[in-house]
Amino acid sequence: MLKLNTPLKEEEILKLKIGQYVLLTGKIYTLRDQAHKRIFETIKGGEALPFDLKNQVIYYCGPTPHPKGKIIGSCGPTTASRMDKFTNLLLKAGLKGMIGKGRRSEEIIKAIKKYKAVYFLTYAGCGALLSKYVRKKIPIAYLDLGPEAIYQLEVRDFPLIVAVDIEGRDIYGKKRW
Amino acid sequence: MRVIEAEKIKDVVSRLFIEANTILRDDVLEALKDVLKKEKNKMAKDILSAIIKNASIAKKEGLAICQDTGLPVVFLEIGQDLKIMGDLYRAIQEGVKQGYKRGYLRNSIVEPILRKTPRFDPAVIYTEMIKCDRLKITVLPKGFGCENKTKLKMFNPTASIEEIKKFIIDTVREAGPDACPPFVVGVGIGGTADYACFLAKKALLKKISNSKFQIPNSQIFKLERELLKEINKLNIGPMGLGGGTTVLGVNILTYPTHIAGLPVAVNISCHALRTATIFL
Ligand code: SF4
Repeated sequence: MLKLNTPLKEEEILKLKIGQYVLLTGKIYTLRDQAHKRIFETIKGGEALPFDLKNQVIYYCGPTPHPKGKIIGSCGPTTASRMDKFTNLLLKAGLKGMIGKGRRSEEIIKAIKKYKAVYFLTYAGCGALLSKYVRKKIPIAYLDLGPEAIYQLEVRDFPLIVAVDIEGRDIYGKKRW
Repeated sequence: MRVIEAEKIKDVVSRLFIEANTILRDDVLEALKDVLKKEKNKMAKDILSAIIKNASIAKKEGLAICQDTGLPVVFLEIGQDLKIMGDLYRAIQEGVKQGYKRGYLRNSIVEPILRKTPRFDPAVIYTEMIKCDRLKITVLPKGFGCENKTKLKMFNPTASIEEIKKFIIDTVREAGPDACPPFVVGVGIGGTADYACFLAKKALLKKISNSKFQIPNSQIFKLERELLKEINKLNIGPMGLGGGTTVLGVNILTYPTHIAGLPVAVNISCHALRTATIFL
């Protein structure tokens, strides 16, 4: 199986094709609805971001609190399309990878191609299983948002499926059932 | 008259929410194992295996099955011959808070407009009176990936069963991957608009029609089977990546309605259909 490390390098993103299984190792950042809204406003306002987006991977995830003796609680993906309205700007700021569940809008698929990025799926509704691939969790920003705060996760062989690749191919294709 | 202390209900609700969130329902797990045997699509098989493995890790380690530990919903069936001492609703809300805290479950509840400071409560509580001296409590932590796909349609009273089926199938089609298939589809037919929505959600509490737990009878059972078959032909599959497993079950509840109308509501549950019940 293909192994990948963060931060992502363009020559590696180039190799990724939809439907491919990938194991990701390195640092990723949790980022969901309200944190997206704040990041979006921060970029628009020309202020400094809580972390540098360049070549990074974000994970649409709001984990449960970690039980005693554990690094993280349940931590599966949330619906990616809810972030679509903010994604363009993040890609423009250097973001290279996104992990979530479900489809992306056509506009975002085009932007993924334009900014040479990639969108991954991971096992939806499998937060307990996915917690096994997380080695470290560090709070980064917006702690007042509770589960929607930004955390840096150190993951090891985190299982992913390439869903939108650098060519703008979409694993869901045009089909809408 | 039998008497129950509200304080006891608090602890019971707390335990039920932890149980529901960490131990996948028997019939759902059975159905998942069952479809894994039948599924031919390779990616679908892989995802179904991950879902089953996830349930076993969650149970063994007391972790939440899914990080979206839902909006807490509580269904009460209160015996009219039972006396509850103390403040019942308060006990339930306290139980929710206690359970979510002790179970390391997620605080996902906010004021709808302000959307600040997520917390554990309040639960949505449904109360029905029944004729006995017992209390039945069922909890359903409802994830919002799937709740967001809920639909209600007020049909003409002359609508055909085919039109109703099409509406249900289209709702599943539109839900697609976002709602975490394979689904259990709850359907409420009849009553008023709001009551049909209640029935659709309550239908999720029934053991799923695909499993050995179901007693085969009636037209409704037939309709459930037909819908199950037809939806599974859509090729949505686990995570929307194809395969013959789009729904694990279709559960329908009905109620008489007005001669001028026919409300139909669809409430989808993701594969993480989590409920727990107790009789007191
Ligand atoms: S839809 Fe269900 S399985 Fe999917 S993330 Fe939400 S609660 Fe979890």
